[in-house]
Amino acid sequence: MNAHEAAKRPRNRIYESRGEPVFQAALVVIFLLLSVTFLYPYWHVAVTSFTSPDYASASGFKLWPRAWSWDAYIHMFNASFLWSGYLNTIKVVLLGWSCSIVGVVLGAYPLSKRDLPLRTLFTSVILITMFVSGGMIPTYLLVNNTLKMRNSYFAIVLPHCISVTHVIIARNYFMTLPDELEEAAIIDGANSWQVLLRVMLPLSTPILATISLWVIVSNWNAYFNCLLYITDSSKYVLQVVLRRIILTDSKEMTAASEAVANSTDTDIVTLRAASIMLATIPIICVYPFLQKYFVKGMLIGSLKG
Amino acid sequence: MKTVGLNRSHSGSRRRHFMASVRKHRLHLLMLVPVMAQFLIFKYGPLYGVTLAFKEFRILQGITGSPWVGLANFRRLFTSYDFINVFTNTVTIACLKFVFGFPAPILLALFLNELRFPVFKRVTQSISYLPHFISWVILTGIFMEVLSPSRGPVNALIRMLGGEPIFFLGSPRYFRSTLVVTGIWQSVGWGSIIYLAALGGVNEELYDAARVDGCGRWRRIWHVTLPGILPTVTIMLILAVGSLVDDNFDQIFNMLNPAVYSVGDVLGTYIYRQGVTNMDYSYSTAAELFRNLISLFLVVSANFVSKRVNEYGLW
Repeated sequence: MNAHEAAKRPRNRIYESRGEPVFQAALVVIFLLLSVTFLYPYWHVAVTSFTSPDYASASGFKLWPRAWSWDAYIHMFNASFLWSGYLNTIKVVLLGWSCSIVGVVLGAYPLSKRDLPLRTLFTSVILITMFVSGGMIPTYLLVNNTLKMRNSYFAIVLPHCISVTHVIIARNYFMTLPDELEEAAIIDGANSWQVLLRVMLPLSTPILATISLWVIVSNWNAYFNCLLYITDSSKYVLQVVLRRIILTDSKEMTAASEAVANSTDTDIVTLRAASIMLATIPIICVYPFLQKYFVKGMLIGSLKG
Repeated sequence: MKTVGLNRSHSGSRRRHFMASVRKHRLHLLMLVPVMAQFLIFKYGPLYGVTLAFKEFRILQGITGSPWVGLANFRRLFTSYDFINVFTNTVTIACLKFVFGFPAPILLALFLNELRFPVFKRVTQSISYLPHFISWVILTGIFMEVLSPSRGPVNALIRMLGGEPIFFLGSPRYFRSTLVVTGIWQSVGWGSIIYLAALGGVNEELYDAARVDGCGRWRRIWHVTLPGILPTVTIMLILAVGSLVDDNFDQIFNMLNPAVYSVGDVLGTYIYRQGVTNMDYSYSTAAELFRNLISLFLVVSANFVSKRVNEYGLW
């Protein structure tokens, strides 16, 4: 067998080495083109945002601003609605994050106890919601009419704050922690709260950090609940402010926002680009450092699913 | 509760045992209270509101007080021209997205897996994940620039090649293809992660064996790689089929504009407009119930079929 393999190997390698460099070169070219396709749109918008409005509506690829201009940014820096959007988004992210983490931990820790009474019932109550839901309108009527949460950030955060997958992932993690740790703490006189806060939470920082990342990104990008429940424009989150800037046509926008009151159509192209940049920069800045944690977290999540 | 447990001798010991367990876990049960409350209020509460589909909503009477109307809302739904159009759009767009969008991340993963330069590979991957983290609000803004008929580079390219500029986001002829392509652009990188992980788990010895047997690259991919990631593909397939009618609401909701309602209006956007904008609550609840039932049916049957065919299922 070994001799047979040894006899075959060299021929194989020769066979491979003939095609391999060409194939690898082709792959590199394909992936370079793909990377350009993925990156160029951001670059295009970035360049547009720095281009003087007189040139912004020129057609074609933009590798570098034809005429530099900070006008759009100066305009946007003075736009109070953008900054209030930023501030509101930060509020929502903080509120959403705290509700989610508290909810996930309080759900996952008890359910990780194998002898918890009615454990199957509680788990089913949570799991069923993955397949059955009341839907957009019943939820809207509940939050808006029954609970009267209009214009409160709790309306944005509470309906979705506990994700079933996050609870299950955290529960599975808690179940992998050795029981002895908990028993030792109980012998030392700790009750369940103290065990949770002093023993379990410090041990589960990796999984909680991963869940935090997911929750923060999804709250940062969320706009739909704000669109549904927030009618007071001073409470709009960043994404909703952007949606108004990006999607409404120029006339409506002039009515909607004071910063663009005196702008012409060409200005709007650069203003839009600048606002897109201002909203994306935080993500692009942290992305390279956090990207691998997202990937790791995604794999933890999918192993279960 | 306690005295009842003590008096009934046959179930008494089980009940005592249960009560003891409750006492032992009382703090754990207490912790579950807010979580259960959240689920009961925000996930099960709306289920009661689904009865609206069979009622005529009167705002002053609320859901409970509104009169029952039987299947009137559904009759209106299935005879409305709008709804038939919206349903056709949903199915068409879902099928297009499925046919082109489902294999895309698998292909990307297969090619990435063949690539030999680790650093280049990692950088390419990271770049391809980026759109996943950016909201469709912003992506729509970006695409409006890039695909613009007057300013966009894509149309500049088309003009350079001698074609007429295309209004990708505003012409009924191209809107669906635009949805499919931009959808793939946004999700292909992130979607490939799970397949790359599955590819990493394929036994190296099988490749060596295939090489020994004289298999070339393509036959190795066909006979070793693909069977190796089949379980993952199956599970992703079930999930994809289950979400067929959920029509990637975020993307279409932001990209849709009145110029392309005829081809791009789908169940999600229709339900939103009828319900939230026109406040026709009963009608849109009926539409949504219809969609959710189809969705549930699809997940269950995809799971059933996949279990029959190759024993991999979600549950």
